[in-house]
Parts: sequence; C-alpha cells; structure tokens
Amino acid sequence: MEPKLTPCGQFIIFQARRYDSRTTIFSPEGRLYQVEYAMEAIGHAGTCLGILAKDGVLLAAERRNTNKLLDEVSFSEKIYKLYDDMACSVAGITADANVLTNDLRLIAQRYTLQYQEPIPCEQLVSSLCDIKQVYTQFGGKRPFGVSLLYMGWDRHYGFQLYQSDPSGNYGGWKATCIGNNSANAVSMLKQEYKEGETSLQEALALAVKVLSKTLDMTKLTPDKVEIATLTRENGKTKIGVLGVNEVEKLIKVYQEEEAKIEAEKKKEAEKKKSSS
Amino acid sequence: MFPLSDKLLMLVCGESGDTAQFAEYIAKNIQLYKMRNGYELSPSAAANFTRKQLADALRSQTPYQVNLLLAGYDKEDGPGLFYMDYLASLNKVPFGVHGYGGFFSLSVMDRFYRKDITQPEAMKLLQQCIDELSKRFIVNMSSFNVRMVSKDGIQNLGVIKPQPASV
Repeated sequence: MEPKLTPCGQFIIFQARRYDSRTTIFSPEGRLYQVEYAMEAIGHAGTCLGILAKDGVLLAAERRNTNKLLDEVSFSEKIYKLYDDMACSVAGITADANVLTNDLRLIAQRYTLQYQEPIPCEQLVSSLCDIKQVYTQFGGKRPFGVSLLYMGWDRHYGFQLYQSDPSGNYGGWKATCIGNNSANAVSMLKQEYKEGETSLQEALALAVKVLSKTLDMTKLTPDKVEIATLTRENGKTKIGVLGVNEVEKLIKVYQEEEAKIEAEKKKEAEKKKSSS
Repeated sequence: MFPLSDKLLMLVCGESGDTAQFAEYIAKNIQLYKMRNGYELSPSAAANFTRKQLADALRSQTPYQVNLLLAGYDKEDGPGLFYMDYLASLNKVPFGVHGYGGFFSLSVMDRFYRKDITQPEAMKLLQQCIDELSKRFIVNMSSFNVRMVSKDGIQNLGVIKPQPASV
C-alpha cells in the first residue's frame, strides 16, 4: 500500500494489487505466499536437527554467531528450556523466536497454575501453533519467521520430538531437521535412523555425522555446534547442553570412523586396479 | 454425587442450585479435556482444576457455595480422596467429611483408620460412623448411598442404614 499525493495536496492510499503483500489473503492458486516466504527465510537460517532415541531425545544446532567479540552465552544460544520437561531449538528470525519461546514458557506455567502438574508436550506445541495460525488468517500482520524443534518428556507418551513451522502446522517426529540444507539432512536421517533401536549415544553419533555432511564448512568444531540432550533420571527430567569436551569426543570418534571408511575404500580401489 | 469420568467421582453439598451448576460445569470440562487430548486428567490435576475454578469465582460477583469431596483412581498413584470447601481450600486426605456430622464421625475415623485399611474394614468403619451419628446427632438420617472408585471404575455399593447398638 503506497500513499500518493493528489494534486490538491491530500494523501490517498492505493491498494497494491499483488496477492502476496497481504498475509491474510489466498493467491489465485490457493496459496498463502507470506507463509511460504517465511519458510523460505527459515531455509537460509542455521541448521537444527533433532533425534528421538529409546532413552532420550537430542537437539543439535549450528551456531552462526561465532564472532570472538560476542560475550559468553548463559545456557545456550539456540536452545531454550521451556519448562522442566521440555526444551526447544529455533531456526529463523531470532527476534521472532524470542517472542515465541516466551509465549511457550507462559503457556506452560499457566497450565501448571491451573492443574498443578506439568503440561503434556503435545498440548504445549498445539497451543503455540494455534497462536501462530492466527497470523495467517487475521490482522494483516506477517507470520512468525521461525520454525521450532521441541524435545520433551511426559507421562502419557514418554520421550517426544515435535516440529512446528510458520503456518501453525506441527508434527511428531522420530528424527528431523530444519534450517539450511535441511532436506539433505532429512534424507540422510531417513536412511540411517533405526527406529526403536537407537540409543542416545548412537543418536549423538548420528547427529554429528549428519551435521558434518550438511554444514557449509569443511571441518566440524565444538564452537560451531550446540548439542543438548533430554533424559530421565530418578523420576526427573534432565536437560543439559553438552560441554566442549564431550562434543570434541563425538567429533573425534566420527572423524576416526570416516578415516577408516576412507582407508577401506582406498584399499578396495587399489585391489580392483591391481586385479584388472 | 456426580461422576466426572470413568474413575472420578465428586460429592457436592451446599447451596442448592450451586451444587448442580458447579458439578456439571466441572464434569463437562473434564470431558472436554478428554475429547481434546485423547487422555484424561489425573485425579489430582482434576482436583486442582476444580479448586482453581472455585477460587476464581470466589472473589468475583458469582461465588459458588459448595463443599466437595473428590474421589479418584489413578493408574500410577492409586486411589485418592480430595477434600475441598467453599473457600477453595484443597487437601488430599485419607478420610473426609462435610457438614455437622463431621463433628462426630471425624473422631471415630481418627481412632480407627489405618493407612493399610482394606475395603471390607473401611465399610465397617463407615458403618461405625453412621451408627455414631444415629446415636449422637440430633438430625435423623435414615439411609446413605455408598459408592466406591477403584481400578474397575465407579461401583454402586448400595444403601447402608444405621444399626443402633442393642441396649
């Protein structure tokens, strides 16, 4: 909508005739362009992946703010604790993400205020998605440019992993990825993830492997990635971010595995050469 | 008595009209939660929800004057009894009573209740309370409906009447 000055010096507003400058309008093909553009924005953001294991859940996020001048982070840069039994990681516009995580925390505590027990995971995700959906239907405001991955535990369904996006749609996943190169990561996870058989340790190794292959950089280092796990101990949920040493170890193990595979490939190639 | 769900039973007493109104409101909300989420509220969550509704109404223009006893069975926590009064105080209790009859029966229950009491023993204790009332309480209460909540749901255990001791 562009205001224009008429000859008599008054402003008139002309409606833009494009279908994508108003968020709450369908295009002739039946699409909501603003929602799609929001998801496009997220596709350029730092990768986040989540994997559900038998004995826990993990979230791994690519850190893009590796500027040396940045002050140290408190808990984490991209992983937010929502309440005792749930944490999430975000991909997209950080400012939008902060608003949404604050809303998530409020929703969780409001539930606890009313029922004096922790909110079941899916209900929290669902409530936030109801809020997100509003921005695709009323108000003329743009949708939130954030996708979230949630990891949590509740007494109904145990360990769970959810993903939500700007349209207000959400789903439960065994393993998934959002952000930059997420499609490659998801297809890799599809091949490698073993349902019902993956332990948290195996999931961590898988996460490092997938991240290494999908991130832009050549080598994976602990300062470029954040990994958090959620487990249950003594009837309580434990959410923790892996320390530098633990991430180092995982990366090292992965690199040794890769080196082994490379060496074997070379041997095979040489054998073939000598035999042919 | 109003069943809130398969394994939740609420006993309401107080201002007539308020009793049914509040009990039905809570019952329907419990059912709504079940429809929305596919699983039921646990007895303690349902009790706290009920308390919150009572407490919010208390300082509004429309408070409810109801006293409640909520009985429920939880798969993980087992059976539970909750006592709530019209001022929205809530407590999980081993035994509870509302009304003037409590002045007499509370001491009987205090004396004879044990944590590991069995169901037949509890029925005997109930009979003892009612006998005490028939002996000491000025109002004549001739019969009582008994219901039980357990892992098998809500069961109607019939009617019991006071058995005055022979002189």
